[in-house]
Amino acid sequence: MLSYILRRVLYAVPIALAVSLLCFLLVHIAPGDPVNAIVPADAPQAVVDQIRAEYGLDKPLPVQFGLWLLKVVQGDLGRSLATGRAVTDDLFVAVQNTLRLSLIAAAIGFAAGTLLGAIAGAFRGSWIDRVAVGLAAAGVSVPHYWLGMVLVIIFSVTVNVLPAMGAGPGGSGDWAWNWEHMRHLVLPAVTLSVIPMGIVTRTVRGIVAEILNQDFVNTLRGKGLRRGGILLHVAKNAAPGTLAIMGLQLGYLMGGSILVETVFSWPGTGFLLNSAIFQRDIPVLQGTILVLALFFVSLNLLVDLMQTALDPRIKRA
Amino acid sequence: MPHDPGANPLVEVRGLNVRFVSRDATVKAVNGVDFTLAQNESLCILGESGSGKSVTLRALMRLNPPKKTVMEGAVRVGGHDIVAAPEKAMADIRGRVVSMVFQEPMTALDPVFTIGKQIAETIIRHEGVSRAEADRRALGLLELVQIPSAKRRLAAYPHELSGGLRQRAMIAIALSCRPKLLLADEPTTALDATVQIQILLLLRRLQQELGMGVIFVTHDLGVAGEIADRVAVMYAGRFIEEGPVAALMRGPLHPYARGLMGATVHAGMRGTRLTTIPGAPPDLSRPVQGCAFAPRCPQAGEDCLPAMPELRSPAPGRNVRCIRVDEAA
Amino acid sequence: MSSTAMSTTTAGLPLAPQPVASPGYWQGVWKRLRRDPVTLACGGILLLMLFAILAAPLLAPADPFQTSMLRRLRPVGTPNYILGSDELGRDMLTRLLYGGRLSWFIGITPVVIAFGVGGLLGIVAGFAGGWVNMLIMRVTDVFYAFPSVLLAVAISGALGAGVFNAILSLTLVFIPQIIRVAESTTTSVRNLDYVEAARGSGAGAMSIVRVHILPNVLGPIFVYATSLISVSMIIASGLSFLGLGTKPPEAEWGLMLNTLRSAIYSQPLLAMLPGLCIFVTSMCFNLVSDGLRAAMDVRN
Repeated sequence: MLSYILRRVLYAVPIALAVSLLCFLLVHIAPGDPVNAIVPADAPQAVVDQIRAEYGLDKPLPVQFGLWLLKVVQGDLGRSLATGRAVTDDLFVAVQNTLRLSLIAAAIGFAAGTLLGAIAGAFRGSWIDRVAVGLAAAGVSVPHYWLGMVLVIIFSVTVNVLPAMGAGPGGSGDWAWNWEHMRHLVLPAVTLSVIPMGIVTRTVRGIVAEILNQDFVNTLRGKGLRRGGILLHVAKNAAPGTLAIMGLQLGYLMGGSILVETVFSWPGTGFLLNSAIFQRDIPVLQGTILVLALFFVSLNLLVDLMQTALDPRIKRA
Repeated sequence: MPHDPGANPLVEVRGLNVRFVSRDATVKAVNGVDFTLAQNESLCILGESGSGKSVTLRALMRLNPPKKTVMEGAVRVGGHDIVAAPEKAMADIRGRVVSMVFQEPMTALDPVFTIGKQIAETIIRHEGVSRAEADRRALGLLELVQIPSAKRRLAAYPHELSGGLRQRAMIAIALSCRPKLLLADEPTTALDATVQIQILLLLRRLQQELGMGVIFVTHDLGVAGEIADRVAVMYAGRFIEEGPVAALMRGPLHPYARGLMGATVHAGMRGTRLTTIPGAPPDLSRPVQGCAFAPRCPQAGEDCLPAMPELRSPAPGRNVRCIRVDEAA
Repeated sequence: MSSTAMSTTTAGLPLAPQPVASPGYWQGVWKRLRRDPVTLACGGILLLMLFAILAAPLLAPADPFQTSMLRRLRPVGTPNYILGSDELGRDMLTRLLYGGRLSWFIGITPVVIAFGVGGLLGIVAGFAGGWVNMLIMRVTDVFYAFPSVLLAVAISGALGAGVFNAILSLTLVFIPQIIRVAESTTTSVRNLDYVEAARGSGAGAMSIVRVHILPNVLGPIFVYATSLISVSMIIASGLSFLGLGTKPPEAEWGLMLNTLRSAIYSQPLLAMLPGLCIFVTSMCFNLVSDGLRAAMDVRN
C-alpha cells in the first residue's frame, strides 16, 4: 500500500513537469517574438535586450525552460506587464477567491447531484427519474455564462435581492464570512454549480442503477434487509466512483470558473485570466494556468489515493 | 399433490403461476405448480435453464423482481402467506423463516463489506442483538460451515476467499438466523468439481443437524441424487414428474425425464450411446397448447395436443403429467 | 467434435461472429431510435436549425452588418424587427441566423477533426500496444492534466483571438479525450476471443483491423464524439464570449451574448436570445447523443 502511494506520487512528477513544459511553451506559441510577450510594446530597444538577457531568451529553448523552472520552483512567476506587480502576489489573492467560489459551488452541486442521482437510480423509469435526467441534461448543456446572466436578470435586476457583481462591498481584498459578503457568493456559486450537479446526477444515477442490478442486492433482500439497510450497502459501493467524479469536477470547476467569474466580476483566477487575455499579459496568463493545472494534477492524485483507500478490491501492492 | 407431508407441512404451494410482464412481452415462467414439503424434508427441482425452476424457488420468498412480476396461487411457508404478506412482513420472513443460497458466490456477496459484517448484519436485523454478540455468532457460524481459521476470515472481503470458501460464507449468512427452510439456487454450479461435493456434503450435514427443510434447484442429476429425498422435474413452468429420488432416477416415467437421464454421463456407461433430446424448450412468451413437451417427444401423437395432461399417479408417491404413462408403466 | 470437423468449418465460414457489425444490428439501432420520442424531437430541432442557418441568406429579413444608430435595442416583437435589434441597431433575427453558422462551425469542426485524428491515434495505440501505446497514452495523460475549458483558454489566449485559433485550441482539447476512448475500446475488442482466433488462424493485421476492429470500435467512438459536440458548442461560444474566438463585427452567438451584456438592464429578453440558442442547440446535441448511445447499447 505504502509503496503504491509512493509510486503514484512519483508518477505525478513527470506529469507535473510536462504540464509545466506546456505552460512554458505557451509564451512561445504566442505569435511574434516572445520578448514582446514579456515587455510592453513601446519599450526602448535597450530594455528589450536587457529583458532578453535577463530571461535568458537568447539561450536555447531547453536551457530557457530550465531557468524558468528554477524560478517557478522558487515561487517566481514573473511580473505582470499591465501592473508590474509580481504574478504570484495577484495569484495568491485570486486563488483564494476562486477556491472559495468553487468549494461552495461544489458543495451545492455535489449535494444536489448525489441526491437527484441516487433517487433517479433507485427509481429508474419513474417520473422522478425523468425529471432528474432532464435536469442533469440541462445542467450539462446550459452555457453557464448565460445562466449567470439569466440569474442576474431575475435576482438582481427584477427582484433586486442579490448583488450582480463583485466579491463584497469593499472589493476583493477583505473577504469575511458574513452575510454582506456571502450575498455576493450566492449567484456565482449557484451558476457554477449546475455543471457538477448535472454530471454528478448522471454518474450517481448510473452507478446506483448498476449496483442495484447486481446479484448481491438480491442476497441483501433475501436476508430480510429493509430499504435503509440496502441503502447502506449501495452507498458504500457507490462511494469510490462518486468521489472520483467529484474530485475531477472540483478541478474542472476551478479551471472552468473563468466564464462565470467574468460574468460576475468575481476577483478570482478566471477574472485574472480574462484580463490577462484582454491585455495580452502573457506572464499572468502563463502563471495562472500553471497554478490551476498543477492544482488539478494534485487533485487527481488525491482522488486516486482516496479511491484506493476506500475500495477493498483495489489492493495495489 | 398426493404426497403426504404430515399434518403440518413446512411448505405448501397450490396453483402457483408466475408471469414476467414487460412492455414487449409477457413471459409465463411458472404455470401451475403444486407441491408440499415436510419439515426436515429435502426436495430437488431439476430442469434445463428457462424451465422456471429458479423462478419457482424465488417465488417461495417473493424474491422475483417486484415491479414486473405477477404472482398467483397460494404459497405458504412455515404458516406465513407469502403471496399476500405486505412487504414489511415479507422482509421479516426473509432470512429468518426462509433464506437462500445463491448460485454465484462471487457476485452474491457484497464486495466492499467483510464476510463477518455481512453475517452479523443479518443477525442484528432479525434479532436485534448487540454488535459484539452478532460478531460472536458470526464466528460460530463460520465454524459451523467449516471455514478454516474462521476468526481471520471474519475480517476478509469476498474477493480474498476462494470460490468454495465464499459459498460456505454464503451458506453461513443464509443460516445465521436458523431458518426453517433453506433454498439453494444451483449452489454448486459455479464451483470446481472437487469443491462441489464438499459443499453438497456440508449442506446435507447441516440439514440433518439443524433440522431444516431444503429445496434446491439444479440441472445436475448427480447433485440431486446426493442430497434430495424427493425430486421434481420441471419443464416449461410445470412439474412434469415428481417422486422419491431413488425411484425416479432409476426409472423415470415422463419421456422428458427419461431424456434428461439419458443425456447425462455417469460411471459405468462406457460404450453405451449417449442420447440427446432433439429440439429446444418452448418460448414461454407464447401460449402453449396441450403438452408443452410434445413437439420434442418421441412418443407424441395427436392426442397429446388438445389439453395439458392431467396428473397421474402410476405408483405410490409418484406423479407424472403424461398421457402415455400407463402404457409405459 | 473431431479435429477434422473443426478444420473444415474454419475454411469456408467466417470463423467468428461479429456481434456489432452486422446489418441486423443497425436495423435494431434504428428500430430503437424510432421508438424514442425525445431523441427524434431533438434530432428534428437540430435539422430545422441546420436548415435555417444554411438558408440564412434566403431567410434573413435584413443585412447582418447593417447598423442603425437610431434603431438600437428595439424590444422583441417590434414591427420589422421580429426579435428586436441589437446594441448597434442590427436586426436580431438576422444576426441569430448568421451567428448560428459560425457557432455551429466552430463548435462542430473541432469534434470532427478530433474524431479523425484522435480516433486514428487511439486505434493505433490500442491495436499496436507496446511502446507505441505507451508513447501515445503518456502524451495524452499530459493534456488530460488540464481541465478542458482551461486548456482551450490557455491555447486560445496565447495564440490570440480568431476563428482558426479557437478551432485549433478546441481540437487540441478533444483529441486526447477521443484517444482515450478509442484506445480502451480497441484494446477490449482486440482481446475478444474471436479476434484472437482470427489472429491465430493467420489473418493479417490490416485485415483484422478492417474486418474486426473498425466495425466494432467506430460506433462507440462516434457516439462519444457526438457527446462532445454539446460541450464543444458551449466552450466555443464561451471563447467568443471572452473575446477569444470570433471577432466583431462577425455574428456569433457567444460574441453576441457578450456584446449584449450591457443591455440586460434595458432589454433583458433580447439579451437572453443568443444564449438561449446555444442552450437549445447544446441540449439537443446532448440528448441525441444520449439516445444514440442507448439505442446502440446491445444490452438493452
